[in-house]
Amino acid sequence: MTRIRLCHLYPDQLNIYADRGNIAVFRSRAERRGYELEVVGIGVGEALAPECDLIYLGGGQDREQALIAPDLARRGGEISRALEDGAALLAVCGGYQLLGRGYRDRFDFEMLGAGVLPLETVAGEGRLIGDVSIECELDPGEMLTVVGFENHGGRTLLDPGAVPFGRVVHGFGNDGDSGFEGCRLGKAIGTYLHGPLLPRNPWLADWLLGQALARTLGEPPELEALDDELEYQAHAVALHRARERGGKLR
Amino acid sequence: MRIPLVISTLVARSVGATSRLSGRGGGTTLPGRVLNTLNPGAGARLAKKLAQGSAVISATNGKTTSAAMAAAILSPRFRLAGNPAGANLSSGVATALLHTRGADLGLFEVDEAALPRVAAALRPRALCLGNLFRDQLDRYGELEMLAERWRGVVAGLAAESTLIVNEDDPQLAQLARGREGVIRFGIEDARHGGPLPHAADARYCSNCGVAYDYRLAYVGHLGEYSCPGCGFERLKPDIWADEIALEGLIGSSFRLHLPEETLKVKLGLPGLYNVYNALAAAALGHALGASASEIASGLESTEAAFGRSERIEIGEKRLLLLLIKNPTGANEVVRTIVADGTPQTLVLALNDGIADGQDVSWIWDVDFEPLLSGLERLIASGGRAAELALRFKYAGFPESRIELVLSPAEALDRGLELTEAGGELVVCPTYTAMLELQKVLAERGHADLYWQRAARARKESGPPRHQR
Ligand SMILES: [Zn+2]
Repeated sequence: MTRIRLCHLYPDQLNIYADRGNIAVFRSRAERRGYELEVVGIGVGEALAPECDLIYLGGGQDREQALIAPDLARRGGEISRALEDGAALLAVCGGYQLLGRGYRDRFDFEMLGAGVLPLETVAGEGRLIGDVSIECELDPGEMLTVVGFENHGGRTLLDPGAVPFGRVVHGFGNDGDSGFEGCRLGKAIGTYLHGPLLPRNPWLADWLLGQALARTLGEPPELEALDDELEYQAHAVALHRARERGGKLR
Repeated sequence: MRIPLVISTLVARSVGATSRLSGRGGGTTLPGRVLNTLNPGAGARLAKKLAQGSAVISATNGKTTSAAMAAAILSPRFRLAGNPAGANLSSGVATALLHTRGADLGLFEVDEAALPRVAAALRPRALCLGNLFRDQLDRYGELEMLAERWRGVVAGLAAESTLIVNEDDPQLAQLARGREGVIRFGIEDARHGGPLPHAADARYCSNCGVAYDYRLAYVGHLGEYSCPGCGFERLKPDIWADEIALEGLIGSSFRLHLPEETLKVKLGLPGLYNVYNALAAAALGHALGASASEIASGLESTEAAFGRSERIEIGEKRLLLLLIKNPTGANEVVRTIVADGTPQTLVLALNDGIADGQDVSWIWDVDFEPLLSGLERLIASGGRAAELALRFKYAGFPESRIELVLSPAEALDRGLELTEAGGELVVCPTYTAMLELQKVLAERGHADLYWQRAARARKESGPPRHQR
């Protein structure tokens, strides 16, 4: 049986916004296709497991984020090497911000990031909170809608030429201004969307699983379709909410 | 233009009456909103008319119940003015102040985010802080920010005021350090402690950032902690409970230690979380001069506050309503339900209005897993029913045993249909789903609307009794 090894970074610190929901979705959707998902928790000071297929970073509250930031900042090379070796990556909220070059707060204090993604984040006036829907093109020519909930004080600015994860249809996205949401670097995705992200966007989970499997199989395998009736319903409601009330400053 | 106090209060009161007559709502907050708009300083000046001043209870979880208990403790001694259950924003407090005629002590439960504003207006003689759990992050941003704002409230408290804190919550214990006039409460019963739950809050010291050593946790992150980094640790509380016996969904009994006396208390409300609510109320009562026997009888006479584990007879069946609103509260509800044996049918209703929290991701941080083994059927309801269903599906619960019934009223009917005569149906709604259910139950003659209860209580006895 082909095994997918998922390295979950800082599970003790970055775990709000339902990160365990995302992991549960990875596991269930892999196992139902006959793949084993092995989750390795990686704490501060611990090296990424070898033969890593998928990396996951969640969100945390400010204090927890500050606690892991110095460790993450030292990992840039390690994570980039794993990506070059073919690993896929999903980072949500705080994990997404800290994969950039850093986070500058209002007092110009800079929290250094890992520098894996071509972006930086600065503190803004007021939090961007609400339902979001975005359009993404993960594979050329295939437009997908992804829905979620965002809640961030930081404004994330992509470097010139960097690729966003998606285009904002409803909601704020990276900075409430550019129309971009998240960042995409090959098989690595960073995004502000939680809620959690994967249960209501199962196609994104499947895309990431496919990319993770491609590390050992050479290319993403054809994943058999699953009964996603509930997932579609949850997606439809979240999309409706984004249309109704996304992107309003409160 | 400044509108005189007497005119503003007249206008605001009549707005409440009109709103109740037209059936548009309870008038539990509208008059206060009008008052705050017409005359922004009015709340503070109305508060000054209370000869014995005001006491305030805030917490993310359980403040309605502790306020009901405190009201029962204090009502023999004071004529109370208080806000009806749930109307705990500053408009609800102002509405309550409009009805203070004859009252001498204000007793208010205050929303955690509204506390700075309300405390500044009321200048309470006693402030009771029950707990700080992660709740509705979409509404308040992050927990840390809320704790900071509470720090400001404590700093602004008059020197002669009493601060009452839950010493088992390290964030609140921190707020009280170095202050005179503090009463600390907590639980001292290791048999009921366990490890920290998934995604617990406050795991890192707010002094130095090092992870606390938790010897044990009782509810969420409430427990016995110490910081290996800076030495900060839990103090022995002034008022505490031990020898706690939990009796499933029925209630509990425990030994209550007051500074001078120790007595046995039997509580009609279930779960360890209600022992904390009782301790908060006992400590507040003690601070305001209540005797040990008044504290015990007040606690023992308190029935469930609106929707916080209310039992309703429906024909030959019983309905148990348990409000869920955030991970810690829902974890305790699950723990309490399971202690009595997992029900075969369970109705969960998840809405995502502002009062529920628009971000529903919190359901993934609830440990629903203990329910999975005995449960035959889950009826998932509310606007985000599908999200609930997914939560259970990805926890391994068979999809074929999940029913989606979006309307809470219809979900209630479906649940009752599946409940046998003599049996009990457990329904766990979020706040606005609870309101929908209350309305339906009242229309069918099973339960009063809560504002009718509150209004009647005001009319009957002057002070609202907070109880059913
Ligand atoms: Zn410390």
